[in-house]
Amino acid sequence: MSILVNKETRLIVQGITGREGAFHTQQMIEYGTKVVAGVTPGKGGEWAIGNVPVFDTVHDAVNATGANTSIIYVPARFAPEAIIEAADAGVELIICITEGIPALDMVQVRAYLDTLDTRLIGPNCPGLITPGEAKVGIMPGHIHTPGNVGLVSRSGTLTYEVVYALTARGIGQSTAIGIGGDPIIGTKFLDVLQMFEDDPATEQVVLIGEIGGTDEQAAAEFIAKHMSKPVTAFIAGQTAPPGRRMGHAGAIISGGEGTAAEKMAVLAKAGARVARHPDEIADIVAENIS
Amino acid sequence: MNLHEYQSKRIFAKYGIPIPHGEVATTPTEARDVAVRLGGKVVVKSQVLVGGRGKAGGIKVAENADQAEALADKILGMNIKGLTVKKVLVDEAADIRTEIYLGAVLDRARRRVVLMASSEGGVEIEQVAAETPEKIITVAVHPFLGLRDHQARHLADGIGLPREHVAEFIKIARSLYKTYVESDATLAEINPLVITGANKLIALDGKISLDDSALFRHPELAEMRDPDEEDAAEREARRYGLSYIHLDGEIGCMVNGAGLAMATMDIVNFYGGNPANFLDVGGGAQSDKVAAALRIILSDDRVKAVLINIFGGITRCDEVARGVLEAIATLTVQVPFVVRLVGTNEEEGRRILAEANLITATSLADAAQKAVAAARGIGGSTEDITATGAASQQDTAATGAASQQEKGAGV
Repeated sequence: MSILVNKETRLIVQGITGREGAFHTQQMIEYGTKVVAGVTPGKGGEWAIGNVPVFDTVHDAVNATGANTSIIYVPARFAPEAIIEAADAGVELIICITEGIPALDMVQVRAYLDTLDTRLIGPNCPGLITPGEAKVGIMPGHIHTPGNVGLVSRSGTLTYEVVYALTARGIGQSTAIGIGGDPIIGTKFLDVLQMFEDDPATEQVVLIGEIGGTDEQAAAEFIAKHMSKPVTAFIAGQTAPPGRRMGHAGAIISGGEGTAAEKMAVLAKAGARVARHPDEIADIVAENIS
Repeated sequence: MNLHEYQSKRIFAKYGIPIPHGEVATTPTEARDVAVRLGGKVVVKSQVLVGGRGKAGGIKVAENADQAEALADKILGMNIKGLTVKKVLVDEAADIRTEIYLGAVLDRARRRVVLMASSEGGVEIEQVAAETPEKIITVAVHPFLGLRDHQARHLADGIGLPREHVAEFIKIARSLYKTYVESDATLAEINPLVITGANKLIALDGKISLDDSALFRHPELAEMRDPDEEDAAEREARRYGLSYIHLDGEIGCMVNGAGLAMATMDIVNFYGGNPANFLDVGGGAQSDKVAAALRIILSDDRVKAVLINIFGGITRCDEVARGVLEAIATLTVQVPFVVRLVGTNEEEGRRILAEANLITATSLADAAQKAVAAARGIGGSTEDITATGAASQQDTAATGAASQQEKGAGV
């Protein structure tokens, strides 16, 4: 078991003929992900990456292939449209990799998704992977190994760093998911914590947060009330100055809200073990196992 | 991206929000001319992108044109929190009876634009939020419906606005929301919104911050960028598509990925060093971008060591290694480099860098400790330690790291 993606995942790639889309489709197929179709308006009828059929619309792609998941690699100004198109076509799970979508576009998208049963991961995220089953994203697949640690993170490379350290110790992962570094995202920490709590294959959870917003505080509340599984947390940006955007659009301390110190304190109070630096995360996870 | 007060208020005016008559001046003579045109009492306001201008002496009332000229002379060129005043806004002075606050902001938790009002105008809303949060009234706007009159009325009611001003307040609130949405703002605030002696509502001060991701559809707003908002290195970085923020420490950091970049700064700090910058070279960084990144980091002469931490995914370690070599070749590099390459093509990357004799590290903790030690090494010696003269430096780093390890463990 795992969460959200597995061997049964039938994936559509929106933007499959673009540079990023083509490259990562190849990588996902090599990992063993079932990529059943691509979508690029105007290129329907063509083939991508050898034998993946390309459709003009997500609707056509879903009808022809029975796809249930879509990953989006289209440029920021077209990405909101791509998300809504996938949702309208009945895709259950949408992963948006695209960085730089205007925040107000995401407010609209999110409000529309509130009326449907579609789950959105991202945008501005690395995607997610269930090791050994399906890689739906841009993470390097080979650093992962199947196991029982669930990871949820607002970051990309920092998550790879932690996965790498876990794998090096022989500790595998159930699912590793990047929820994205934007201020408005489709799926929050607490949604994923609930899924990990309910997943029999996940025995403990690593939560990697960062400065900005209050989602880690909401996660802490959930941990205190509902998590029976151990949670190890890390918050990036302890040395970040207030008022400056640290790369991610959402990583900003504004009006004194969203500091690392505050998030670390509430997570610790909620019963999570809080690592002081990333190298400590794997140490704590290993201790939890022994 | 932040707009100046005068820019923000001009945008407000375009949307029908009343603002005082006023004009921008860049010389005392111009300020005098504006004051003459306006007639009577005026306010001379420094236009710099920082808070606390009033406290710093950057906002003064002038009784007449002569005084306006004298005050502008004083304020222009003044240094406020590191920024030089190049423009003043000369506004007609308002007869203030009541000051309130009205702002629009993105509420990340609710995933909606929220309008906030408070009876405590003229002070920073953060301060009100910290001291008397009950005095802030908020409404969340559904993006498909826009701000409804009843929501604006709820705000007016919540801050105890006298009934005769409610209709005008609703109009201003709707205009503010429209301004926010149509400019793709992340913040639009009127502080204070005042009730004048003539019983009018007027936006005395205003502030708009824009969503950088949406500037592509607002070229006219993008042009308003004040280059002084960023320092020279930050401007240069933006040209290369690099995310760089200048800090005060001595260890330059070049990392791929924003989260890992922050975590790298944190671990440097954990082992007793101070990061000189945040720098995310981004995914798939090519060697020329890496070289530019290193040039920008080294343009800060406080940097005593550089820590390169790359986790290769899309980014290939060999590309990064080539960029590092390229940068070293074109620069008179006078600080030690600590390099950690993990992931895609790491072997090849390490092989390329082996020729350059840099300090290499395996784990993140190892890299941070070596960087801290290397920065101290150069600080304690008068001779320049160069990247190519790394043999002696390796020793310094190794011994330094050992003592660091003890310190780190004791933290």
